[in-house]
Amino acid sequence: MNDDVDHQKRRILTTAATLVGGVGVAYVATPFVLSMDPSAKAQASGAPVEVDVSKLKYGQLMTVEWRGKPVWILRRSEEMLHRIQEGSDSMRDPKSDELSQQPPYARNEFRAVNSEFMVMIGICTHLGCAPTFRPEIAPADLGAEWQGGFFCPCHGSTYDLAGRVYEGVPAPSNLVVPPYRFLTDTRILIGVDTESA
Amino acid sequence: MKNIAALLLVLFSNIVMGATTSHALEAANIDPDDTESLKRGAKYFADYCLNCHSVALMRYSRVGSDLGIDDVTLEDMMIFTGAKVGDLMQISLEAEDAKQWFGTKPPDLSVIARSRGVDWLYVFLRSFYKDESRPWGVNNEVFKDVAMPHVLWELQGLQVATYNDVLGDDGVSRKLISGLKLVEPGKVTPDEYNQVVRDIVNFLHYVGEPAKSTRLQLGKWVILYLALFFVLMYFVKKEYWKDVKK
Amino acid sequence: MNRWIDQGKSWLETRFPVIEFWNNHLAKYYAPKNLNFWYLFGSLAILMFVIQVITGIFLAMNYKPTAETAFASVEYIMRDVNWGWLIRYLHSTGASFFFIVIYLHMFRALLYGSYGKPRELLWVFGMLLFVLLMAEAFMGYLLPWGQMSYWGAQVIISLFGAIPYIGGDLALWIRGDFVIADATLNRFFAFHVIALPLVLVGLVVLHLIALHRVGSNNPDGIEIKAKKDKSGVPLDGIPFHPYFTIKDMLGVIVFLMIFAMVVFYYPEMGGWFLEKDNFVPADPLKTPEHITPLWYFTPFYAILRAVPDKFLGVMCMGASIAVLFALPWLDRSPVRSIRYRGPIYKVALTIFIVSFIGLGYLGTVAATPIATNFSRLFSVLYFAFFLLMPYYTKIDKTKQPPDRVT
Repeated sequence: MNDDVDHQKRRILTTAATLVGGVGVAYVATPFVLSMDPSAKAQASGAPVEVDVSKLKYGQLMTVEWRGKPVWILRRSEEMLHRIQEGSDSMRDPKSDELSQQPPYARNEFRAVNSEFMVMIGICTHLGCAPTFRPEIAPADLGAEWQGGFFCPCHGSTYDLAGRVYEGVPAPSNLVVPPYRFLTDTRILIGVDTESA
Repeated sequence: MKNIAALLLVLFSNIVMGATTSHALEAANIDPDDTESLKRGAKYFADYCLNCHSVALMRYSRVGSDLGIDDVTLEDMMIFTGAKVGDLMQISLEAEDAKQWFGTKPPDLSVIARSRGVDWLYVFLRSFYKDESRPWGVNNEVFKDVAMPHVLWELQGLQVATYNDVLGDDGVSRKLISGLKLVEPGKVTPDEYNQVVRDIVNFLHYVGEPAKSTRLQLGKWVILYLALFFVLMYFVKKEYWKDVKK
Repeated sequence: MNRWIDQGKSWLETRFPVIEFWNNHLAKYYAPKNLNFWYLFGSLAILMFVIQVITGIFLAMNYKPTAETAFASVEYIMRDVNWGWLIRYLHSTGASFFFIVIYLHMFRALLYGSYGKPRELLWVFGMLLFVLLMAEAFMGYLLPWGQMSYWGAQVIISLFGAIPYIGGDLALWIRGDFVIADATLNRFFAFHVIALPLVLVGLVVLHLIALHRVGSNNPDGIEIKAKKDKSGVPLDGIPFHPYFTIKDMLGVIVFLMIFAMVVFYYPEMGGWFLEKDNFVPADPLKTPEHITPLWYFTPFYAILRAVPDKFLGVMCMGASIAVLFALPWLDRSPVRSIRYRGPIYKVALTIFIVSFIGLGYLGTVAATPIATNFSRLFSVLYFAFFLLMPYYTKIDKTKQPPDRVT
């Protein structure tokens, strides 16, 4: 082996080759990583869903599927809305200050565009279970304080009829409101909010 | 020696022609980059083919985004079944009914251009001729006794076959088709009809591999990158191998 | 800072021999300095294996191994999955390139006598790898569930039916149904994605352990370990790293350029890598007009067809592979490398290569009388190369190899 090796030249060349090779590896890795994103099939089934709510009675809940998730639509009576207002004090985030949980137009007391209709993704914000609809007042298992709402059987998180999470339960935040808009008074398009989308 | 010559002949002709057909087909001469041709092809396909032939591995929306057609136009142009733009291009024809009407289920055409080749499709769609012995009154020169009716007849018109007597190796003379002659003109001229077929075949070629244009575009960059990397590595190798005495 | 790195290294090294492994197998593993172009294909084979495993894992994320869904799921990968077409073409082209690499790797062994004592086991492990790789490729080829997949599998599995007494039951057991069916597809998928790859990894390790025990042969076919300096380093050896890692990288880049050209511009390779008939979904009621296995099986398939008896044909095909295992013991030449062999071996090797390629070609064409006659001639020559080897290598006039590599 020679001793008159130009070590600096070697270091520069090796570094350059490593960098160029590294860029190549990154480019090769990209298609593989992206292939795990939702495919065209998943995106097609993620298309907006149109729902007719004209036959929904007061206090009745219907579930539709959007992007494979359950979306609840609840028609709330005046009395139910009243109870939501009354219960604000026991909520963790009564004014929907956590912006990621709803579109701006649903950032109000009732978390809705039209307070009569609650549109909500039915997945508990704790660990993703599906809460059950418990509209009855003060049932034996939920206690005398219960004013109607949603109860998650997995870890006991509770939400009111506007999907607002109670204080002192495992779930950290309110239920998510999906983007939606009213096409007419009784037809809701879930999945898009603006005209252009 | 005769054997070797024969083998070489077989070998040569196979390499030149590919292993599929024995006689040369007229070239389709499609232009996969011609978006207008592809759009026309998509429209013809939807009007004439998509009732019986599904393209069940392809989504309408992909056709739309690749050919630059917006969703509303796409629905008017291609979707007559109440399907959504994100849906696969399926047909409402039941397999059982199809068997009753045609004797066989019309094949899905998603990858037909890859199994048959574009030239064959181009020739096939132009080779229907009158044959009263067939259920639909037509036969096809390259696909004998095909179950498919000549759906494009109102455009092309009707052809009849002309025959030649050909003496076979066994000494028996047989009538063979020598050509097709247009006897009832259709709505368009033969040249225009060829272009219609070319558009349809172009569309089928696109549908066979929608990622093809991306693939061809990307390839040169990959190879260019590797070439640059090679130059760099060449100098690295030269530098290190200075150590190794001959 | 440096002191911490040193401490960390020694903490790790006392518990896990990273540096020792690095030295034993790379930095202080001495390879002959005269290794040429032909010695690239071992590295390339490992590269191909890695490519196939990685692309295979990502394909398995979207592929569905049932008779109803398999064909459509491959096209789903080609269309709906982001970049799925690239991953699929890398895998399908990779299969053919893997065999190109393996065949050239094996040819190198024939050229320079790399199977000779003490490398017999290295050769045997390599042959086992080759056989398993053929099984892996065969099972993988069923998965797209096209017409060629289906009928190719039908024909090959029927070969087992030729075995006397148990053949029929054996073929039935392999298929798990009376024809190739959903059950066959599902079990081939299991073998293709996990069982065989696991065994292949194990065999690659054995192949490399055997290689690093005896060291690489070289184009001169002499032992570099016979001449060492005072510290025990072979005089004609250079550390594998960095010299051969860098040199192989160069080769790898050139190889990848060719590979990329095929993947991006000719993924079907005119029907040789992806057959036209395989774009037609499997139909158990209709055989394609012309069934051929993929090109890498055709030499052995041609031998099968050359024999006018079902059982003997299968036996001959099996023997054509089995005889390769015996190569180290058939070669009686005092020298290894083609450079110092006599004219007889050079002629024999040429005839063998012509026969092998001839068989490979004949396996793809229809069995006309001329083709069959040629297949028989080439089959005889194929076997003659091996069976007469103990004789002609002994009488061949060899030259004296040099003391040191040239």
